[in-house]
Amino acid sequence: MSAPVPAGPVAAVPAAGKPSSVPAAAAAGPVAASSVPIDAPASADPGVGEYQFGFSYPDKSVFRTRKGLDEEVVRAISELKEEPDWMLANRLRALAAFGKKPMPAWGADLSDIDFDEIVYYARPQDRPKGSWDELPEEIRETYRRIGVPEAERKFLAGVGAQYDSEIVYHSIRADLEKKGVIFCSPEVAVKEHPDLVRKYFGTVIPHNDNKFAALNTAVWSGGSFVYVPKGVKVDIPLQAYFRINSESFGQFERTLIIADEGSFVHYIEGCTAPVYATDSLHSAVVEIIALPGSRVRYSTIQNWSSDVYNLVTKRAVAYAGATMEWVDGNIGSKRTMKYPAVFLMGEGAHGEVLSIAFAGKGQEQDTGAKIIHAASNTSSTVTSKSISKDGGVASYRGMVKVGEGLRGIRSRVVCDALIVDPRSTSNTWPTMEVLSDDVAMEHEARVSKIGDEQLFYLQSRGLGEAEASAMIVNGFLDPLVKQLPMEYAVELNRLIELEMEGSVG
Amino acid sequence: MDLVIRNLRASVAGKPILRGIDLEIRAGSVAALMGPNGSGKSTLANVLMGHPAYAVESGSATLGGVDVLGLPPHERALLGLFLAFQYPVEIPGVTVAKFLKRAVEAREEASARAAGREYGGMDVSAYLRELRAAMDFMGVDRSFINRALNEGFSGGEKKRMEVLQMLMLKPRLALMDETDSGLDIDALKVVAAGANRLRGPDFGALVITHYNRILEHLKPDVVHVMYKGRIVVSGGPELVERLEGEGYDWVREEAAAAPAEIEALAAEASA
Repeated sequence: MSAPVPAGPVAAVPAAGKPSSVPAAAAAGPVAASSVPIDAPASADPGVGEYQFGFSYPDKSVFRTRKGLDEEVVRAISELKEEPDWMLANRLRALAAFGKKPMPAWGADLSDIDFDEIVYYARPQDRPKGSWDELPEEIRETYRRIGVPEAERKFLAGVGAQYDSEIVYHSIRADLEKKGVIFCSPEVAVKEHPDLVRKYFGTVIPHNDNKFAALNTAVWSGGSFVYVPKGVKVDIPLQAYFRINSESFGQFERTLIIADEGSFVHYIEGCTAPVYATDSLHSAVVEIIALPGSRVRYSTIQNWSSDVYNLVTKRAVAYAGATMEWVDGNIGSKRTMKYPAVFLMGEGAHGEVLSIAFAGKGQEQDTGAKIIHAASNTSSTVTSKSISKDGGVASYRGMVKVGEGLRGIRSRVVCDALIVDPRSTSNTWPTMEVLSDDVAMEHEARVSKIGDEQLFYLQSRGLGEAEASAMIVNGFLDPLVKQLPMEYAVELNRLIELEMEGSVG
Repeated sequence: MDLVIRNLRASVAGKPILRGIDLEIRAGSVAALMGPNGSGKSTLANVLMGHPAYAVESGSATLGGVDVLGLPPHERALLGLFLAFQYPVEIPGVTVAKFLKRAVEAREEASARAAGREYGGMDVSAYLRELRAAMDFMGVDRSFINRALNEGFSGGEKKRMEVLQMLMLKPRLALMDETDSGLDIDALKVVAAGANRLRGPDFGALVITHYNRILEHLKPDVVHVMYKGRIVVSGGPELVERLEGEGYDWVREEAAAAPAEIEALAAEASA
């Protein structure tokens, strides 16, 4: 449906005068030619690519592994990234875990996922003019209607626009670099900051944590690496628009954020730009280490297209006096399973999860939060708002766990669900495991339906049914949306209005 | 705009409530609608506005010659019909300012379209000026601009908010469903003043009430009495005094004096 699968550019390869398997072998280097995992590199072939294409457009090469996943594919990815052995070993260890781990026996229905049909790595080529037209009409129409600025359109349509986002990023980076802040891709981090990466990578979410975390660890590509030095407050948010580029295909991005003692950072991902992916599986891993006294806020608004399985593992550890906040908006995807977690490891740590889910036609949003109180005098707040409509299923699945022998634990969980029509479903599955006595824990769950009286009231003032419905939904979300930065709040409201449009009643 | 109702019959959940309403409200006039509890007054207001719970069985209702019964509620509103609700609902998270802006905008746009004019968009600062002035007039604190619509409002605040909306939307015909109920005398005066402010050749109203006190402030041109789903007595303001003094017994007797109607009712009930 969008950039990642380079069907066009791949098809163009034979025009360069060589069958695709030959340069593939050349590019793969050490990989045996008889079992080439790389489908079709366009310009990495030294005979053609470097000379005719590679030189002028070195970043516009196209690689794509063949369908399915095995050791050769993993090795090829690692090879392409010129990784050190320890990262390759890590990938292979995770691949083995992926093979052994069962599918989750709970949550959204994942039975349609065919791991053999998935392409696990694609390095998209630049899509020059005309590429926007290759997108399905509904996507074009969506962009037109939500008025995404031209720059963002470019960004989503091809590689060039991705450079647009890097220009923004670089203009910030100069400023941040002076303070010692590191903000780069994890690939760059592996090369330039190996000590930090080796120290923290996979420590919050082990390679065998769950099937999808194992998968990500085996084939990860792209994402972000952030390090904020001691005492540094990054006062403007770091923004990582979902990058569908050669560093981060988007499906298996890997993010590692380390906030050193007393620092602050707000990292925003996805956000205003709806993300559309051709492939059907997105499985990210986000690890956050909030060292003592630091504060990290991580905001996401995911708006995947409706054929994407979005199975993401996000987890943070918060040490003494640190605060970790997840703001997690789930609007798109076919199935989402995502439960941002905070492990409160030191006294005075605070964890917070704000979660917004919208489940429309054919969608299942299985989202929530996981809070582990592993130290005394720690506190947590979980606020979840979900909307289900047109047969959608929105489920809150949450866990609050308090370890043994702890004192002064406070936790509050509030789940609000709005059901727009009788065809739609809302579920709440809260779990609490409390092994200490000195614990103040609250849980509230409310389910409401858009009442005929509310709709009629707004209609009687001249608003059509769809607009009235959207207004009620936006009002329901308002308390959470207020916590987002203004531009994202506006965008979220627009997305909700789009979701509500034309399908009521 | 004249509101003309002819032989209107409506039911809720299969139960007939309106049993043949004939009623005309002339443009620029204010009619009071009184009657015992359960006689169908609120039903009439809701049926006219298009509440989905009520089914129109037969009859017609036209506003300025347009049959409104076939229109969705918002189109009735855009024609100039307004219902001040007896129990306004709360809309969490939707501010008064945001909601009213859209409502006013929709109304302006519809008016422009009806007049064959191009709608150039809303003058937001003029809107806000007008809103503040209307709030001052209605004794609604300006802080309510940013409060969620009706959420946590007292009964009196909700009623003032209804009339405030009416002032902003400038309907051609307002249905005021017991807007006076539960108000203290000061609030009652303000609510009546709001309606009086709109009074003029382009504004008509049907004021549903149990009490004469609002009618002392909001002098009706005519008074209709409803009983068991029909208008049984109509007259001038003097009717209000008689109802106040004698109650509804004589109305019941008068209705009972029409045996043919009773038979019809009985037949309907057994049908």
